[in-house]
Amino acid sequence: MENAIRLTALSKKFGTVEACRSVSLSIRSGSIHAVVGENGAGKSTLARLIYGMHRPDGGTMEINGTPVSFASPAEAIAAGIGMVHQHFMLVPTLTVAENVTLGLEKKRLFFPLDPEGSAESIRQLSLKYGLAVDPLAPVSTLSVGEEQRVEILKVLYRNARILILDEPTAVLTPQETSRLFAMLRSLAGEGKTILIITHKLDEVLALADTVTVMSRGSVTGTLSCKETSKEELARMMVGRSVLLRIENPPSTPGETVLSVENLGFRTAAGLVKLEKVSFCIRSGEIFGLAGVEGNGQSELLSLLWGIHDRSGQLSGKMLFEGADITGRSPGEIARLGVSLVPEDRLKHAVVPGFSVAGNMIFGRHREKRFHQGFGFDRREVAEYSRNLGGTYDVRCTDHENTPLGALSGGNQQKVVVARELDRPGLKLLILSQPTRGVDIGAIEQIHRSIIGARDQGAAILLVSSELDELIALSTRIGALYQGSIRRIFSPEEVREGRKRGRPFEEELGLSIT
Amino acid sequence: MTARIFRLFIPLLAVAAAALCSMAIIALSGRDPLMICEKLFRATFASGYGAGQVLFKTTTLIFTGLAVALPFRARLFNVGGEGQLQLAALAAAITGALLPESLPPVVAVLFSAFAAMAAGGLWGASAGLLKVRFGVNEVISTIMLNFIAQATTGYLMSWRFAEPSTGHTAETGGAFMLPQIDDLFGLFAGSPANISLLIALGTALCAALYLFRSRAGYELQAVGLQPEAAKYAGIQSGRHVTAVMGLAGAIAGLGALNLVSGYKHYYEAGLTGGFGFSGIAVALLAGANPLWIVPAALFFGLLEYGGLAVGAYVPKDIFMIIQALTILIVIVLNARKP
Repeated sequence: MENAIRLTALSKKFGTVEACRSVSLSIRSGSIHAVVGENGAGKSTLARLIYGMHRPDGGTMEINGTPVSFASPAEAIAAGIGMVHQHFMLVPTLTVAENVTLGLEKKRLFFPLDPEGSAESIRQLSLKYGLAVDPLAPVSTLSVGEEQRVEILKVLYRNARILILDEPTAVLTPQETSRLFAMLRSLAGEGKTILIITHKLDEVLALADTVTVMSRGSVTGTLSCKETSKEELARMMVGRSVLLRIENPPSTPGETVLSVENLGFRTAAGLVKLEKVSFCIRSGEIFGLAGVEGNGQSELLSLLWGIHDRSGQLSGKMLFEGADITGRSPGEIARLGVSLVPEDRLKHAVVPGFSVAGNMIFGRHREKRFHQGFGFDRREVAEYSRNLGGTYDVRCTDHENTPLGALSGGNQQKVVVARELDRPGLKLLILSQPTRGVDIGAIEQIHRSIIGARDQGAAILLVSSELDELIALSTRIGALYQGSIRRIFSPEEVREGRKRGRPFEEELGLSIT
Repeated sequence: MTARIFRLFIPLLAVAAAALCSMAIIALSGRDPLMICEKLFRATFASGYGAGQVLFKTTTLIFTGLAVALPFRARLFNVGGEGQLQLAALAAAITGALLPESLPPVVAVLFSAFAAMAAGGLWGASAGLLKVRFGVNEVISTIMLNFIAQATTGYLMSWRFAEPSTGHTAETGGAFMLPQIDDLFGLFAGSPANISLLIALGTALCAALYLFRSRAGYELQAVGLQPEAAKYAGIQSGRHVTAVMGLAGAIAGLGALNLVSGYKHYYEAGLTGGFGFSGIAVALLAGANPLWIVPAALFFGLLEYGGLAVGAYVPKDIFMIIQALTILIVIVLNARKP
């Protein structure tokens, strides 16, 4: 059978990061092809390369046997490719029909449109593919699942023969997901080619004909879904080259610091993000939380830090040293001796325009030691920043005048970790992806400091998508899947697992997919 | 590094470029630009009276410029300086007219200052509250509040406070008048320059200390630069938004000291004459830096008075063109990617 898409040695670099490394891939016409991989494996970049949103640095691409090179999505659309993005791109005040025909009105500017005509053709299109949605309804009144159907209609209306869907089920309820799958199968039956980007292995096996696994920008393998298993895919996804080894002496946990009981969270739109999450963390232990992004980690962290979406519905309890911290503000929670290293460092943890010293006290700037009289004690702040920067090996000569944004990502992260670990009276440390985008040297440094904080008696919650990191550091590991903790690995299991290496990583990987 | 240095020189470049443009416009209007420059210089810095006039304008512009610059640091655009100044001027004039003249001068002036700051501050803070509580864009609310201030002062004047057949409020007692620089130091003879210039300089200094040295300024800038991170750091941005808008209104209000207590000693329609709006230009030229506000205000003060002084030779409108050009050039240069 002929190939709808054929990629040969496609590469793309962003700065120094190789998002796609010589990716070669063939997708049969009329098939459903899935691309799976962890976050940052390069799946979305690959989709964007095909759709003309990025230009490849090297390699070639053929669509239906013809070599192509798209300068923009418009050219990809003209070649019969359509993409449904993870975040929908609809105009909420316009109707479904208007959104679908937007840009293809087939009328000259300032000439009246033909709303009935276009509504009718869209109605027929939606009937044909089982995409039930009212063409005259304003998009603002639709549910998320219906919005997605409008996006698919848009693509079909443009006569796309190849559909790319980026994480299409991320925002859907299980019912909506099964409807989507039925519809995708009927589209494939019509001869359309479907490329679906996801990290949910169950869905891949239920839907796709072929699956390509990506890891760190490269293709690990392409398999027929009939001949593979979840276990095999998980192993291929996780495949890590560098296993970090760090001295991790056994810990001696003390009193319970944080205890989360039956925590649940439901968004205003009714999506269940967390359900009956229960765990506790004792002082002097690291509780690792494994999970693929989007399984409730960010919601859990925002609840713990008091910045969750207040329109959502919360149930259960979060007890810090026995006192309920539900509904407290970040400032109040921090004052209890809680530190957070958020995942998105640039957006949430620092002010890049402030000096390094200014960032070294950010969030802790209310502490008395940094003040003198009316304003800051600038000498003390600068000295503190220099000392702490020295301890954590932050490469910066002039803490007062260098803006933080001028440092490398690794050094920025060291500033954040240093500041949060050095909080006076630290009792609970929450770390989210503490070494993401950080070079190997800095990773080691940060890992050593985390173990150090644990030995000083802090309770630590470590959320990471790097399984090797979790295994190397954690005392216990909880596996988060679809908003619930599926399994908690005991200290013995983790200790044993650390010795077993690879097989344990796979076992852990399986419990989160 | 070079990009940073370039940014420091943007205001100077803009002023120079705008000056060149206006030279060309003057030449086109059939006048010799160099002659106009000479006249301008003679009418302003070369004469004590002219220099005093320039400084008088500069004083109000420092206040209204600061009123734009401080909120700007929290990414708020206070277009309401004019309304804040108007209400404050009326409040200062009424205080002076109603309170007994026998008060000691320091107390009397403090009363006026307090009334002005309270009126302007309330007006500014209400824009902040509207933003925090209801999400009303501060540009829209301050423009609307300008209209309300304009109408309210007009109403209060015609129905209550204007002296019959004069169109202005009763003159304040002598205790409420700020001394002229002429009286104190014998400088700028006959000009309206008064010691509120010193208050303006002090306010600019305090504003710089607040912004660059205090915890409140540190938090305010974090709210402006990285609002999400500020939230994570436990900074309550709503409080800062309301407070800085109130503070800005109060500072704009202090401008009333210059106009009322230092110069006219009463309120009349048109007294504030667009100073609130020129403050926006001053703040933009100064890059919202409280200390740079002073030279920026001086430049615009020079143009405002200089335009009047050489009005016999070239239309004053040319100076409005220079002001606007300067700001446009600043914005264009700042928008350039480094």
